[in-house]
Amino acid sequence: MPLTNRSEVVQPSELSWSERLYLPAILKGMFITFTHLFKRTPTVKYPEQKRDIAPVYRGQHVLKRDDAGAERCTACGLCAVACPAEAITMESAERNKGEESLYREEKYAKIYEINMLRCIFCGLCEEACPKEAIFLTDRIVPTTFNRGEFIYGKDKLVETLEERIDVSDRQRPEVLKFKEDKKHKHNKTFLDKTTTAKRGH
Amino acid sequence: MAKVTIDDVTIEVPDGTTILQAARMIGGDLVPPAMCYYSKLKTSGGYCRTCIVKVEQGSAKDPRPMPKPVASCRTTVMDGMVVRNITSPEVLEARSGVVEFLLINHPLDCPVCDQAGECHLQDLAYEHGKEETRYEFERREFEQIDIGDKVQLHMNRCILCYRCVKVADQLTDGRVHGVLNRGDVAEISTYIQNSIENDFSGNVIDVCPVGALTDKTFRFKSRVWYTKPVDAHRDCPHCTGKVRLWYKGDDVLRVTARKDKYGEVEEWICNECRFDKKTTSDWVIEGPSKVDRHSVISANHYENLRVLKATIDRQKKALPHGEKVNLGQGALDPNNIHGK
Repeated sequence: MPLTNRSEVVQPSELSWSERLYLPAILKGMFITFTHLFKRTPTVKYPEQKRDIAPVYRGQHVLKRDDAGAERCTACGLCAVACPAEAITMESAERNKGEESLYREEKYAKIYEINMLRCIFCGLCEEACPKEAIFLTDRIVPTTFNRGEFIYGKDKLVETLEERIDVSDRQRPEVLKFKEDKKHKHNKTFLDKTTTAKRGH
Repeated sequence: MAKVTIDDVTIEVPDGTTILQAARMIGGDLVPPAMCYYSKLKTSGGYCRTCIVKVEQGSAKDPRPMPKPVASCRTTVMDGMVVRNITSPEVLEARSGVVEFLLINHPLDCPVCDQAGECHLQDLAYEHGKEETRYEFERREFEQIDIGDKVQLHMNRCILCYRCVKVADQLTDGRVHGVLNRGDVAEISTYIQNSIENDFSGNVIDVCPVGALTDKTFRFKSRVWYTKPVDAHRDCPHCTGKVRLWYKGDDVLRVTARKDKYGEVEEWICNECRFDKKTTSDWVIEGPSKVDRHSVISANHYENLRVLKATIDRQKKALPHGEKVNLGQGALDPNNIHGK
């Protein structure tokens, strides 16, 4: 049964003599290919040559550490609930005594995974994050042959202490200024807290 | 009987009813929010002032207005009283001031707090509060104290609503916790680090409007909105056994009492149900809990829950009257609950 009354059965018309030769069509096609030799190439040779991308390009995520090197993420789950592709999963754990320099808050993400095959790089996680922990960067997620390797855990997402990833381009001047203000508890790192405690406040 | 008009809606209520109760009888959005009043606890209310309303006309006999907003949970109605809540800008302004006061010392650690998502203070601040705080000083901080292995106390988050104290007074025998000190340093605590051990002491978790008292067995397990609430019951020797299970995957992460639309528990449950029975086989599952459409908890998948509900309804119809539907053991595949 037809789904609509607008469908038509296509009847291929009889080919003429010249069409049956196929030669004119082949020559026409080859001519088009030939003219492309003299046109500007729209592609770049990717790994050697890289295209300029916008400073706010949304590529591979990074989980930031604060100035003292403690992980900012507290596994609040807002990124995961904001994620339209449901690419983010996490499991939280409680910070033990002595780990204050590793994790900012009393709760931290024990497991934090982003499935890069599901991710649509919309940046809503970045927008939802109340702790300035997750940012999208201008790095491109490399391809692999294995699906499992696209599930990025904390080993790939958290920035290392040696190789900090600069995301200041992504933040408005007002935000950066706010973050400088150590009066807000939110901006204080573990080191700030210990030094003020020593001063006897 | 007294005839009272709240936001232009007139209702006749028995004498001695409070304005808040009368508003709840009408229902809808004219019901004042309440942080400390709890209809199931005697003498609760009168501390937080979020339920303030304006009384435009005291009564039919004495039509003078009351000089300032009154706490609706503690003010009884008079015949001919005219009350304004959401139709009075003055009340809304005063309430946002109250919210600002409640938030002065409340730490904004919602990303860490287990109550986030079902927190009354969050809802209240979102609906009635201001966007920014004007408070410039350090927030009040308490030392963390341990009150046992079941209940976690975060005194920093407490708004001193006294609900848990009333629970301890009215539900449990041998109360061990209360409010110590006064004013700015008042705190909920146990006397000399006593742990709270009583059959019904777990109910302090449910009555706490903020994250000051939370379930230690659920601590940091999951955010509330990733768990799926299911109503269930069991034959309990201590309580009615009617509870709400919060599932994540196949696991029952948390057991709480069922709560009504005002966030008040329907029936108190015992500690055995709350802390010790955390497997599906302990319970007879009745079906998915009704979650408010605007709640963050419903920001997940319920397709399969709806299917489950339909199955239960069909079974109920097929069975003779009075027979219970048992989906507790075997029949219920938890995989079907979670939108997998």
